Amino acid sequence: MSNATLNTETVHRVSFLDKESLHIPTLKILQADGTTYETAVLPVIDQALAEKIYDTCVFTRVLDERMLGAQRQGRISFYMTCTGEEAAIVGSCAALEPGDVILAQYREHAALRFRGFTTEQFMNQMFSNEKDLGKGRQMPIHYGTAELNYQTISSPLATQIPQATGVGYSLKMQGKRNVAICYFGEGAASEGDFHAGLNMAAVLKSPTIFFCRNNGYAISTPTEEQYAGNGIASRGVGYGMHTIRVDGNDMLAVLAATQQARAYALEHNAPVLIEAMTYRLGAHSSSDDPSGYRSKDEEAKWQQHDPVKRFKLWLQNKGWLAEDTDAKLQERYREEVLAAVKVAEKLPVPMLDEIIEDVYDTPTPLLKKQLTELKQHVKKYPQSYPKSAGRL
Amino acid sequence: MAEMNMLHAINDALSIAMEADERMLVFGEDVGHFGGVFRATSGLQEKFGRERCFNTPLTEQGIAGFANGLASNGMTTVAEIQFADYIFPAFDQIVNESAKFRYRSGNQFDVGGLTFRTPYGGGIAGGHYHSQSPEAYFTQTPGLKVVVPRNPEQAKGLLLAAIRDPNPVIFFEPKRLYRASVGEVPAGDYQLELGKAEVIHQGKDITLLAWGAQMEILEKAADMAEKEGISCEIIDLRTLSPWDVDTVAKSVTKTGRLLINHEAPLTGGFAGEIAATIQEECFLSLESPIARVCGLDTPYPLIHEKEYMPDALKTFEAIKASVKF
Repeated sequence: MSNATLNTETVHRVSFLDKESLHIPTLKILQADGTTYETAVLPVIDQALAEKIYDTCVFTRVLDERMLGAQRQGRISFYMTCTGEEAAIVGSCAALEPGDVILAQYREHAALRFRGFTTEQFMNQMFSNEKDLGKGRQMPIHYGTAELNYQTISSPLATQIPQATGVGYSLKMQGKRNVAICYFGEGAASEGDFHAGLNMAAVLKSPTIFFCRNNGYAISTPTEEQYAGNGIASRGVGYGMHTIRVDGNDMLAVLAATQQARAYALEHNAPVLIEAMTYRLGAHSSSDDPSGYRSKDEEAKWQQHDPVKRFKLWLQNKGWLAEDTDAKLQERYREEVLAAVKVAEKLPVPMLDEIIEDVYDTPTPLLKKQLTELKQHVKKYPQSYPKSAGRL
Repeated sequence: MAEMNMLHAINDALSIAMEADERMLVFGEDVGHFGGVFRATSGLQEKFGRERCFNTPLTEQGIAGFANGLASNGMTTVAEIQFADYIFPAFDQIVNESAKFRYRSGNQFDVGGLTFRTPYGGGIAGGHYHSQSPEAYFTQTPGLKVVVPRNPEQAKGLLLAAIRDPNPVIFFEPKRLYRASVGEVPAGDYQLELGKAEVIHQGKDITLLAWGAQMEILEKAADMAEKEGISCEIIDLRTLSPWDVDTVAKSVTKTGRLLINHEAPLTGGFAGEIAATIQEECFLSLESPIARVCGLDTPYPLIHEKEYMPDALKTFEAIKASVKF
């Protein structure tokens, strides 16, 4: 069939469609006071899952606060927080199975924690020490762990989107009952890779969840300067994909949407797009100051929609959060993070020999020659290369 | 003259060029109100309005294609790619389109009014994706000019020349010098000719050649060599494409030796091209093999950045080896 379209309706006067033509509701389950909407259909969640979600949020807040502080003290070179976006990240990850493959952008370390990444593993990566799974080669927060099915972060934006389409397709071909999930921001959705990846996923039937964190800003660029259409969700429909928009600060809405997206993706071998409307409460990274592009009033307004506080109220209403749990968790994680920092920053960096490993499966003769010359040079001037000279 | 850093010099050049040419537009990711992540375009939107200096959506291929379209229809176009590491989605538009617009149309159409500005290079703890030096991917593309300044005065004059050059230019800015390099910069409008290298220090024993941020490395190495009685001639290539063979060949004919330094990996780097040409031009004058002091053939590693870099000590060692050959 050529020129495939859904219907053959014709009109005989010029009539254009516009962005108002597509009605996209936002799924909300949890109200500001921690009660649920009367008609809301809740996700599947028991006390154990709810506690794990909350625990992950508290840990992530503590980690972000402490490590941004560590960056300010010059102990690590760079940091990014996911403050304000915890519900979007944890709520979606909590709907997945451990065998589902995560391809994240860079602001999703809460999902990594949910999967079981330890405090020590976070620190080893940020301090680029010899225990870092990425061998100290990337900037802080570029995590990755094959064991937890979390592909290693790459800084270039949106490159993971068509890759997720490929991962999803491979899971289907391998007969696994798993999906790929791909996280990205509304800024990255402007890259060509977004359009290529979504179109291919829909056409080739890849069981992949595309999860857009629409957090209002791409570094300094607000959404009004990023797109003129009806958010990112409208595009999913255009690609012929099951699509939903959720309140990204509503843990239960995100969880419900992702649970159903996963079930649909597996049942139909098809992709789903979720657009989570949220707000980046922190700076883009430790390298920028948001006061240069947005107002304190705007930030204060969004503080009122704190996703972790809203979920906490729900937990309290359910009687699933003891009075002193919050304080205990915070204290425990503050101590844990601080202790892990002290250990990780004292561990040595990877051996210099690692510099030529993993460029290919085995180092080429030319790389070996370059390493030999480099080591001779470092031996000659050990004081100029203190990180490697002591361990040649 | 006024003392300023490289960012201010670039900002000054953009402002002067926009003042003089009302068809000139400046755009890219975060370059509008925020003034760019490095603040190179700071104040331009306030001065020239949102229609002439603006944020684009986050798409490098879009930025490059849009820039080609503007330039093909007579606009003076300065597009910023936020980091040179992120230029690759724009590769098709630059390599297949910008570079070939004139040739493929028999000179009916061109994008000569187009300049890409992009920060490149390491030394800022930027890891794989905020450190690369991708100039050689572009020097192998006929139709593009490739320019790299070494200090604020050069940045201003070369950028003004690049913007007005009737060919598409990629202007690589050494980001580790953005704030670190401070110097006297002439006031007002001036241009430094593209395609011309500059001998910045006369010497007789060996010619040292580099561009951009590596120039200060050459100067440090030359100082060390001087103490050992070796006299170095230092050349800033400034424009890599088209490059100034004559100035380099004349110097090497005099010194008999050449060392080329760049941050990009050795294999396939632009030093190889220079070495091949100079051994043709100066074969009978050469007293030692042409030396290359370059990055390793690995991705740019965060933790071993210092070891990876073609630094002054490695350059000094290579100078001695060349002279003692």
